[in-house]
Amino acid sequence: MHLMKVSFPFSAIVGQDEMKRALMIAAVDARIGGVMVFGDRGTGKSTAVRALAALLPPIPAAQAGYQDGTPRKGNVPVPFVDLPLGATEDRVVGALDLERALGAGIKAFEPGLLARANGGFLYIDEVNLLEDHIVDLLLDVAASGENVVEREGLSVRHPARFVLVGSGNPEEGELRPQLLDRFGLSVEVRTPQDLKQRVEILKRCDAFERGPEAFAEKWHKDERKALEQIARGRAALAGVDVPDEVLTFASRLCMAVGADGLRGELTLMRSARALAALGGANAATTDHIRTVAPMALRHRLRRNVLDETGSTVRIERALEGLAA
Amino acid sequence: MIETGDDAPYDDQPDTFEDALIAARLCAIDPGLGGMVLRGGGEVRDALIAEMRGGLPAGAPMRRIPAHIDDDRLLGGIDLTSTLALGRAVSRTGLLVEADGGVVVVPMAERLSDAVAGRLAAVIDTGEVVVERDGAALRGQAQFLVVALDDGVEPDERIPSALAERLAFWIDLTDTTFQDHARILGAHEGQWEPAPWEGWSPQQAQGIAANFAEPSPQILEVLAATAAALGIDSARAPLFALRAARAAALLAGRHEIDEEDAALAARLVYAPRATRVPMPAPEPEPEGDTEEPPPPPPDSDGGEEERSEPTPPEDLVLAAALAALPKDVLARIATGHGRTATRTSGAGERRKSNARGRPMGARAGVPGGGVRLSLIDTLRAAAPWQKVRGSTDRIAVRRDDLRIRRFETRAQALTIFAVDASGSSALTRLAEAKGAVELLLAEAYVKRAEVALVAFRGVAAELLLPPTRSLARARRSLAELPGGGGTPLAAGLNAARELAESARARGKTPFVVILTDGRANIAADGTAVRATAQSDAEAAARAIGAANIASAFVDISVRPRPEGAALAAAMRARYLPLPRADAATMHAAVKSSEPR
Repeated sequence: MHLMKVSFPFSAIVGQDEMKRALMIAAVDARIGGVMVFGDRGTGKSTAVRALAALLPPIPAAQAGYQDGTPRKGNVPVPFVDLPLGATEDRVVGALDLERALGAGIKAFEPGLLARANGGFLYIDEVNLLEDHIVDLLLDVAASGENVVEREGLSVRHPARFVLVGSGNPEEGELRPQLLDRFGLSVEVRTPQDLKQRVEILKRCDAFERGPEAFAEKWHKDERKALEQIARGRAALAGVDVPDEVLTFASRLCMAVGADGLRGELTLMRSARALAALGGANAATTDHIRTVAPMALRHRLRRNVLDETGSTVRIERALEGLAA
Repeated sequence: MIETGDDAPYDDQPDTFEDALIAARLCAIDPGLGGMVLRGGGEVRDALIAEMRGGLPAGAPMRRIPAHIDDDRLLGGIDLTSTLALGRAVSRTGLLVEADGGVVVVPMAERLSDAVAGRLAAVIDTGEVVVERDGAALRGQAQFLVVALDDGVEPDERIPSALAERLAFWIDLTDTTFQDHARILGAHEGQWEPAPWEGWSPQQAQGIAANFAEPSPQILEVLAATAAALGIDSARAPLFALRAARAAALLAGRHEIDEEDAALAARLVYAPRATRVPMPAPEPEPEGDTEEPPPPPPDSDGGEEERSEPTPPEDLVLAAALAALPKDVLARIATGHGRTATRTSGAGERRKSNARGRPMGARAGVPGGGVRLSLIDTLRAAAPWQKVRGSTDRIAVRRDDLRIRRFETRAQALTIFAVDASGSSALTRLAEAKGAVELLLAEAYVKRAEVALVAFRGVAAELLLPPTRSLARARRSLAELPGGGGTPLAAGLNAARELAESARARGKTPFVVILTDGRANIAADGTAVRATAQSDAEAAARAIGAANIASAFVDISVRPRPEGAALAAAMRARYLPLPRADAATMHAAVKSSEPR
């Protein structure tokens, strides 16, 4: 219950490798289009996403936050906006500045959460609890990278490029498929069933709760390493080659599992490249594709009512089929 | 339960009220425990809240939040009256910020909407309220204990899991009797005065906490293993147990968590969360084959130390949790109704609507097309901007100010009966099945729900009655239903599923009731190959399960065989073997398995 001034170190999260990998891939290449994290309650979804924000390397001020055209210098931390439940539309897109409108009778634009998230992350905990019209609005802006405000006699447009990260509990209602498809990657998290891991979780969470600063200090070195890995990945990304045979492999995989649309192949390619960049490789391989295939495709498979097999298993089977 | 009249704790069960008192104290010692869910209990709950507040600093605030509180009051927002009066933006803090450092009581928590529960959960997680609403951006510290009062009567009425998950203690007081009330409250003339806690004071506790030992690896392992053994998946539960154990040690004035603290924590935190009962290790039974009750609870004051060898701590902790398992836990586990089961209530699922239903507040939007304007909300939205809009004698309302009303409606329920009219069924059971369907029909009619009837016999399934509310039509088509022929079970199941899916697409909540003997002998393509017929039927059953359609499977064969149960499992249906039931029994059984 104490105020989380220090967030739980990303590298101290026990297990959940797929979620961590997906978040790092999204941090390296924002064009992948966001991550949706599915999981039961108490599996550390929010912890991981909030931890990532604290970890990221700073970016130039000219690419972060509200840009009204005035030049900005220097570096700032990566913006991370945690969308509060109950946020109203005017605060999300931006609106007339109430203070100045009332006090001085001046019409001034007050940037909203979308402007604040520019260049960074926008996190929605419990996507299914958010009002539909807000979700639609967010997806729209996330796709176009620009926020257009036409209200209260104001007419403003500003860049709003951010990685959308959502979390949800599948038990509390399914997400609309068109919403799911907009997310680049999707991961499913479960509580580790291994007793040793469970004990470790308990131990680390307890240590963190009793002394967050001391705990963060202990993990400082690992955090530094993860940060450098992301920074190196970002720098190397443009130079990573994706050979033709890897692209062919990705296309064949998409066909084999019946993933709808071009978006699957594109995400598969981009995330394989980001993974290669993270690992310091100068070309993506079919192994990279294999690693990212479940997270890039599992939410794009057409559901077959006669086949209860989970999406992940279907992808794994298709991968085995392609290897043979 | 035997009326003993005296106030000795009855039989093996740990005294619920005593446990609840301890839980209340632990919460006050470590607010990180989140708080408690109190189910039932009437006035006893006030005593527990008083006890909890007794451990908090004097003057700690307490706030009650009604189930349908709006965001302005809960989280805070712009204070319209002051804003207009003073001509500058004045924001008002919400109830949760006001409750910082104290207690938030949620009466009728089972009626709490998921949206409010979600907001509460977010604030509990972060310890602060962040508001981005209607021109106001606020931040305020809000750390508090929550006491959720659950007045649910039906077993399915539970408080939203988002909130329950974040409260360490779930205490069921529904079984406390009038005598208990008298005993607990009588001495205090209806007013509970928290007694000073023996040997404990905040100052002293601070001293102990300052050099409190780190939990031993053994304690950590025992707590993690016990949670795993009881099928508790959430990582929050062991953390709560650890905090509870530490608070219990503090309460007892110890510097270290010992087994007794861990056992207490397991009893309070794990028992109500258990989703399975661990298989007892196969013990050698030297005393003959008497039926062994579950391991006896450790009695701290009992002093009966019969066992010569010391019990391993993990057994002790697990036994403590097992002894406190709620009585109905086995039943709940068996029927698959965990505490965290998805909450639905009433006939159909809840949906948002712009036209009718229970009011749900307003949102920005343009009226028209059946959507109604909410005048007051529109004026409220327009009010702060009047000055900048330069209005003088009339109110300037812009399109952006328009607010529309929203309502919540219940989706219409549709019960689909798929009746096996084949020769194997028909001869003996069709009449009873018809009788039961007729009773259900009559009831569906009263509840204004719709019914549909699919019959399968010969080589195919037939939709005898499309979804209707007409009782007369339904009766007639049922009476005219002839029996005899093969059992095309796959076709029948598929027809029921297709009907259910199309109903769902139209916004209804379907419930499928299959009445059959489960002996398929006609395959989906109409051929009479028994093996294919059975596997086709299973595939069709799985499809119903995969489509997440609520269903019941009534096995009407004279001697139910495993095929029926297997099909029901594949459908994820409630299995009701009713070999000799008459129409009334069958009706009662199906009714009890309807989704709530």
